[in-house]
Amino acid sequence: MAKRPIEPLFWTLFSGGGVISAFFVPVLLFLIALAFPLRWIAPPSYEALHNLVSLPLSRLFLFVVCSLPLFHWAHRFRYTLYDGLQIKHLSEFINVLCYGGAIVGTVVSAYLLWNFH
Amino acid sequence: MADNIQLDVARYSPERDDSPSFQSYTVPLRKDWVVLDALNYVKDKIDGSVTFRWSCRMGVCGSCGMMVNGKPKLTCATFLSSYAPGPVRVEPLRYFPVVRDLVVEMSDFMTKFRKVKPWLVRKQEKPISEGEYLQTPQQLEHYKQFSMCINCTLCYAACPVYGLDPFFVGPAAIAMAQRYNLDSRDQGAEERMDILAQHEGIWGCTFVGECTKACPKNVDPAGSIQQYKLTAAMHWFKNLLMPRASK
Amino acid sequence: MNVPVSRSAPPHTPYHPRWYRTRVSTYWWMLQWSYFRFVLRELTSLGVAYSCVILLCWIRALSRGPEAYEVLEKRLASPVVILLTVISLLLVLFHTITWFRLSADAMVVRVGGKRVPGVLISASNYVAWLVVSGILAWLLLR
Repeated sequence: MAKRPIEPLFWTLFSGGGVISAFFVPVLLFLIALAFPLRWIAPPSYEALHNLVSLPLSRLFLFVVCSLPLFHWAHRFRYTLYDGLQIKHLSEFINVLCYGGAIVGTVVSAYLLWNFH
Repeated sequence: MADNIQLDVARYSPERDDSPSFQSYTVPLRKDWVVLDALNYVKDKIDGSVTFRWSCRMGVCGSCGMMVNGKPKLTCATFLSSYAPGPVRVEPLRYFPVVRDLVVEMSDFMTKFRKVKPWLVRKQEKPISEGEYLQTPQQLEHYKQFSMCINCTLCYAACPVYGLDPFFVGPAAIAMAQRYNLDSRDQGAEERMDILAQHEGIWGCTFVGECTKACPKNVDPAGSIQQYKLTAAMHWFKNLLMPRASK
Repeated sequence: MNVPVSRSAPPHTPYHPRWYRTRVSTYWWMLQWSYFRFVLRELTSLGVAYSCVILLCWIRALSRGPEAYEVLEKRLASPVVILLTVISLLLVLFHTITWFRLSADAMVVRVGGKRVPGVLISASNYVAWLVVSGILAWLLLR
């Protein structure tokens, strides 16, 4: 039996992250980082946002939206570096940078959302 | 329409040259001529040393693939008048080693193509007395598009990953693997998966999509590769979660 | 017949000609418009990563209290961050648009034996995206 590489797992995470980011990220980025700070739309009060995020469903949703897209970035950026800059010989370093970064982001988001008060 | 058009043909002679150079020829611009006709005019009337491959001159053999103005084309299916007033740059197929002039060495493709076992694999052959393997039109439709490949390797010339990664199996090979995987008469999907799912076998593909654009037979190799990735991923998870179920 | 031989060419045999191999340029992705569009599409992943970072900062600020949240709002409104956000938003939108077209090609959906055309799959995805965005915006703004 040939050895089973781990590549299918990373590709699946990339696909899932791609779907999640395609659906949810544009509107969230627009509102939170553009419309609210620039007051294009009157931002909701701190209390309203705080209460919304503290709901268990919101925390789960935000965990998914913060972690899977990072794995999407990790896989895609890894191949962009391989093909775009032709630095495949640095593959161990690139893999640690990309997937390691995604794992760190996932852990941070889990910590933040679990301990949200 | 002008009378003539200039053809800039890449020349490379391994005995004489260190690297390819261009040589210009002026050929008649006839309304019904394709680039292959122009090349044959050059070879017959101007410079007999120009070397290139061609055969059927009707887009079914896949021999005459070359880069025309930087795009991979079948020269027998590319009209000269589309490039008027010219000049038309004709180069050998990209990402393959050049043997001479417009002739490339295709053995890398041949090796990778053979690797995917492009034939019907049966665990158990039916005896002749039981008759043929029957197939409905619906079952044929599942893989028919991928069976139209004429092995012209225009997709390999279009694919940057093939140019950058020596381990990447390439569009036509994977499309052919899918053609057999989806064939109801075939039982070799497991064997092919073991070969293709190796690192970079298919995973090097980043869905650039240029292969599908270059294909003269609408095989859609890019689509076949993504479908194969999905199949391979589901298979991987199934093996992980239920190791004995699929055996 | 004397055939001129290039001085730097290594000797070759009649049965193995010296092939010429072109090295793929580091700038291969700039030589063709379709390649450039592809690399731009792949770089949208940076916009996605930026969005995740912003989201994490936002959650952290909300968790720390109204003063921390105000500080974050001010930082988000600063010119440099706004510029990065606008660039990332364009990248993320490009990702969404291209993703639905790509995923339609990757999926084979059959209804009654015939394959559903990819245009239908991507169109329904776009509609779903608009609906989902509307719902998320409503949830945030009410």
